[in-house]
Amino acid sequence: MNDLIEVQSVSKSFGGVQANQDISLSVKEGIITGMIGPNGSGKTTLFNSIVGHHPIDQGSIRFEGEEISKLRVGEIARLGLLRTFQQTRIYNKMNCVDNMEISVSQRERNFSSMFSGRKGEILDRAEEILDFVGLYSKRHLISGDLSFGQQKLLEFAMALMNKPKVLLLDEPTAGINPTLINGLIDRLKRANDEMGVTLFVIEHNMRVVMNLASHVFCLAHGKMLAGGPPSEIQKDQRVIDAYLGAH
Amino acid sequence: MTRSNEILTYLVLGLVGILGPVFFENYIQQIAVLWIMVLMATTWDITGGQMGYNSLGNITFFGAGMYVSAVVQISIGYDVAEYTAAFGAIKVDFTETQYFTGIYLGIIAGGIGAFLISILLGMAVFGLRGPYFAIGTLGVAVAAGQLVGTIQYLGGGSGISMPVYPGDADERNVFFYILCFVITLVSHFFLRWLYGTQFGLAINAIRDDEDKAEAMGIKTATYKIVAWSIAAFFMGLIGAVFGNMIGFIEPLEVAFPTATFGIFMVAMALLGGKGTLWGPVLGAFVFHIIKETTWTLLLGWQWVALGTIIIINIVFFQQGIVGWLQEIKPEWFGLTVDRSKNPENSKA
Ligand SMILES: Nc1ncnc2c1ncn2[C@@H]1O[C@H](COP(=O)(O)OP(=O)(O)OP(=O)(O)O)[C@@H](O)[C@H]1O
Ligand SMILES: [Mg+2]
Repeated sequence: MNDLIEVQSVSKSFGGVQANQDISLSVKEGIITGMIGPNGSGKTTLFNSIVGHHPIDQGSIRFEGEEISKLRVGEIARLGLLRTFQQTRIYNKMNCVDNMEISVSQRERNFSSMFSGRKGEILDRAEEILDFVGLYSKRHLISGDLSFGQQKLLEFAMALMNKPKVLLLDEPTAGINPTLINGLIDRLKRANDEMGVTLFVIEHNMRVVMNLASHVFCLAHGKMLAGGPPSEIQKDQRVIDAYLGAH
Repeated sequence: MTRSNEILTYLVLGLVGILGPVFFENYIQQIAVLWIMVLMATTWDITGGQMGYNSLGNITFFGAGMYVSAVVQISIGYDVAEYTAAFGAIKVDFTETQYFTGIYLGIIAGGIGAFLISILLGMAVFGLRGPYFAIGTLGVAVAAGQLVGTIQYLGGGSGISMPVYPGDADERNVFFYILCFVITLVSHFFLRWLYGTQFGLAINAIRDDEDKAEAMGIKTATYKIVAWSIAAFFMGLIGAVFGNMIGFIEPLEVAFPTATFGIFMVAMALLGGKGTLWGPVLGAFVFHIIKETTWTLLLGWQWVALGTIIIINIVFFQQGIVGWLQEIKPEWFGLTVDRSKNPENSKA
């Protein structure tokens, strides 16, 4: 399997806070990779570095073999590397269908297609994906009126609409009603399996990540603590001490 | 709006537009100015309402279009520098063909000139957000008026007399009225189309969460500049018409009236309901009527009255008239509301 994302010795600090220190990892094409770590261990910071949200202090980030650490957010997104936000972000005065339609891939968009009409095939796909995440019946509602959990699902659906090669999900199950989490895990797996989207998922919930990912990294205090298959990570004493022990 | 309501609205507007000047001949200039205000409010709303960027400087393009057209029109028969240096001593003597060629070319050039200027300015001001953007654009408009006042080629502070219309006063009034009405109609139908395209969705997305839009790969910088330049183009066209209609242009009161029309267009859009196609239109009508009546009835207090209305609007009535109607009568607008269902019921 190819490495889709390669992070090498990346460091990032905010003033005196070393949020990421010498982090190296790779995300393999086609599978679901997980990332765990206690609060403040630098997971979101690493996502932000990968998608170009802020410049990194040191190191290299490659996507499909190309250095992207100097590119800007929009350019990286148009390469097919997308993220969702821990603090869910949707276009909250627009209805769900409009949220979906404007989330189509911008990769091939040129000046004239900026003004293209709202084509039927885009609407069809929007409704299909809304149905996939279970929001079909809410499709004409203003998205800001949805519950927090539904907004998370919408944000996930918007990301799928974009047909990314890899999708970085920042705690997709946080704030979701526990009885609905299994359904979400199932959908993440199907997005990976049926739509071929490589997933890189930050997840607090140990049970979820063990169930979902085939490879897991664990951060602690901004450093890479361990990486391996979930079964090994679960038994790793350092992980238990740093992460599980803390809870 | 639902189809039948929309047709009704267009019928009423069409009647006002065509029969208004026929029955109220004495008010033809005021009605022409009303259409100009409709255009100002609706084009302001492209960035202000639909995209969430509250510009206080769109009047810049009105003045820019006016001056560009003046230069183009005069240069058809005269050396512009000599003409302006003579301070009115040279009287323009154009044939009918020269006049009409000049004015049509001038109007188009005014639109294009304003469009190009907005692209350059846009690259500078769209780095700013929120109140900084508002103040930045206000600064641009104020600076534009001051700057033009120092350029002798453009007549400096004493302005330029425009070529005189070759015909009698009534014919002249009708000519300029038709120009104002038609350009405003064109701008309205253009925006109506625009808001139904991907472009409309993109600028709404920028309004709701620009960083998200950027993270989804939308080229926000391009959209922002294009949105503004569309407003600038129409403001340039109408500015060119207004300059000719008034007959004499100067920087502060006529071309770049920042504290009056520059602010009125924002007030009209807010009053009618920003971010909607019809809000700014309605806002312009209500505002213009209030303004004209207070001007005659409350002489000396008109500014206080207008200011009070703006304050009430902003403090108590932010959604504007159309926004408020959408809340109480969603079915008039064909909006689906489904807020009663318990959100957590949906299967996830
Ligand atoms: N923009 C910022 N400015 C200053 N400090 C920041 C910034 N972003 C993150 N930090 C700090 O960097 C550290 C890592 O934060 P980060 O958000 O990456 O953690 P996390 O692993 O995502 O935590 P959580 O599980 O709570 O989401 C924290 O100490 C945080 O306060
Ligand atoms: Mg985080």
